[in-house]
Amino acid sequence: MVTNITNFGRSGLSDWLIQRVSAIILAVYTLFMVGFLLFNPGLDFDTWSGLFSQTWMRIFSLLAFVSIAAHAWIGLWTVTTDYLKPTGIRVAVQTIIILVIFVFLVWGVQVLWGA
Amino acid sequence: MNSKRPVNLDLSTITFPLPALTSIAHRITGIILFIGLIFAFWALDVSLSSPQGFEAVRDALAHNILAKLVAWGLLSALAFHFVAGIKHLLMDINIGVTLEGGVRKSQITVVVSAVLVILAGVWVW
Repeated sequence: MVTNITNFGRSGLSDWLIQRVSAIILAVYTLFMVGFLLFNPGLDFDTWSGLFSQTWMRIFSLLAFVSIAAHAWIGLWTVTTDYLKPTGIRVAVQTIIILVIFVFLVWGVQVLWGA
Repeated sequence: MNSKRPVNLDLSTITFPLPALTSIAHRITGIILFIGLIFAFWALDVSLSSPQGFEAVRDALAHNILAKLVAWGLLSALAFHFVAGIKHLLMDINIGVTLEGGVRKSQITVVVSAVLVILAGVWVW
């Protein structure tokens, strides 16, 4: 089996499965958010913050944010590995991507539980 | 490998079939969505921070033309990425994995996402 030290799950099959599972979670989250916004045209702050104060919504959102992190890394790893041939540039770009993903994840946790 | 085989590296002379174009667009929309997360997290953060923040985001989406364009652009990228992703999942469960099926699914992807892009525009405006 060919292993790679920079992809997500160290095996292509594992990455393939994680990409599908995270895609389905993100699709469901997207449909939920679009549906919620469509069915609440005159949305106010109380309804909006009330939604995100629910424990199930925080769990659902954190699940989506973690899925974004995995999904974005596997997708961007694939794209950068395909097009950025010089090792130095590729590793530099991939390092920046990992940092940005980490910032998004911490930011997301702070939005859900902070303030 | 035969090192004398002909290689055509001039991309401008290659005609991309539709499935190739939707595949590349799937990648490009993925990159756009990753960058767009800055706006999405910003909007979520500010709108949940206080009633004033909520009104600020609502006001921007209702009156600021730049905010509307960003929202429409990201919703459009999301729509295409979503539909092209469903196409991927269909291929995974062995639906339409033929040359004709691939072209057909790409055509459906373009048409369905075009409709969603227009609907997203109607929603934003």
